[in-house]
Amino acid sequence: MDEFEEFAQQVVTGASIGSIYAIVALAIVMIYRSTSVVNFAQGELAMFTTFISWSFIQSLDYFWASFALTILVAFFLGGALEVLVMRPVEQAPHLNSIVVTLGLLAVFNSLAFWRYGPVPRAFPKPEILSGDPITVGSVTISQLNLGIIVIALLIMAALFGLFNYTKLGLAMRATAQNPVASRLVGINVSRMLALGWALSAAVGAIGGMLTAASLTLSVDMMVAILIFAFAGAVLGGLDSPAGAIVGGLGVGILQALAGNYISSQVDIMAAFVIIIAVLMLRPTGLFGRRVVRRV
Amino acid sequence: MLKLQDVHASYGPVLALRGVSLEVPKGGIATVLGANGAGKSSTLRAISGLLHPSSGVIELDGQRIDRLQPERIVRLGISQVPEGRQIFTDFTVGENLRLGAYARNDRDGVRRDLERVFSYFPVLRERRGQTAGLLSGGEQQMLAIGRALMARPRVLLLDEPSLGLAPLVVREIFRIIKAINEEEGLTTLLVEQDASLALGVAQHGYVLETGSVVLHDSAENLRRDDSVRRSYLGF
Repeated sequence: MDEFEEFAQQVVTGASIGSIYAIVALAIVMIYRSTSVVNFAQGELAMFTTFISWSFIQSLDYFWASFALTILVAFFLGGALEVLVMRPVEQAPHLNSIVVTLGLLAVFNSLAFWRYGPVPRAFPKPEILSGDPITVGSVTISQLNLGIIVIALLIMAALFGLFNYTKLGLAMRATAQNPVASRLVGINVSRMLALGWALSAAVGAIGGMLTAASLTLSVDMMVAILIFAFAGAVLGGLDSPAGAIVGGLGVGILQALAGNYISSQVDIMAAFVIIIAVLMLRPTGLFGRRVVRRV
Repeated sequence: MLKLQDVHASYGPVLALRGVSLEVPKGGIATVLGANGAGKSSTLRAISGLLHPSSGVIELDGQRIDRLQPERIVRLGISQVPEGRQIFTDFTVGENLRLGAYARNDRDGVRRDLERVFSYFPVLRERRGQTAGLLSGGEQQMLAIGRALMARPRVLLLDEPSLGLAPLVVREIFRIIKAINEEEGLTTLLVEQDASLALGVAQHGYVLETGSVVLHDSAENLRRDDSVRRSYLGF
């Protein structure tokens, strides 16, 4: 294997784990840009819904139906959380909301631990993604990892279409920018905020299921993922969906490269050193909005 | 016709309106004058649904609207140009105007109204693709008015359109407000600090003091009355 092929292999490997970071980062960004709240429960919510999906798979014995059903459950769970838990503290300072999300983190962690226990479980992979690895040149990728990248791209395309080409998407973006003006033009802002949480939870659930499929299903599986996803979101710019994708992928690839060329002991550290350096040069992240306006 | 009867409202424990009654006849312009904190903006916020009255009645053409949410009220035909303009600064001028018509579904009508807004404010056509936050203050005010017009309202509420603008720009904006009212018979309620300016375009004037109407007369009488000018209007 020559040097370029080795590099390409690491990029591909990094891109697949990075795709999971990107998906979870997207979920974080979707809530942040509309409410300025970082949802620290994002990872545990994804983990919890993945356990629900495990239960579905057990009883339905069909992966994709369970996959779709879980997304639906997560969607409504996310919306319900916004209405029942976040809305009552919405008027208070943002820090209150953030503490509430930390509370939700603890709630979902404990619930999952109590209900499903500490032992990791094998999460079934869909048949279509369990075949032999695919090799192009001398770069190899497992079908599952390829599937993860494809699913991440599909989510990205769907959300891009929603935000940029639909009236609903325009209304969601308007709500994120100026809730009062949005209400005055007739947008139901409360509904948009609930919808933001619902979509975010649904996207997070996909991230959770993909994580479980590539590792194992366990209560703590999202802890490290959330940290990297968060790093990816910040690297990309916390209010930019495109930034979340690029940031998440970037973190995954940096991690893989650092693990290969330096040492797997320092992959995390090396990735973060680069992130910190980027943020020093561009405090709003790679795609973050620099606030330019005349007053 | 827009009618407020003994409207009370508060922000938490702070009373903002203590029994405001006023009327804007169909096709007319009325103005609400008063010092800072007199309740001018709160009156408009109560009408548009952003502030819910604790008692009193607000009616649009005989229909009670004081318990409705803003997103419902704009669909009934009341459009507010809020204090400080509140445009969508990250969106383009075009997107801002499109959002103004959010509550409507008649594509052809929206397209016609866009042309209409551009005819009142030609500069908005030129700046159509520009980020709204980069417009000058005067252009932003024009955009805020244009956005409100895109909802094709029956009643237009204007909150301090002169705020922070150069006198020349203010004069231009008031000329257009007057023109819109005359050409389309759009019922207008104007809140303004600059009393002489407001009384110049309005037919009726209300003076607010600590949350209630202390004086109400035709704009012409208010303009002429020396004692009124000295004690309430400061010009």
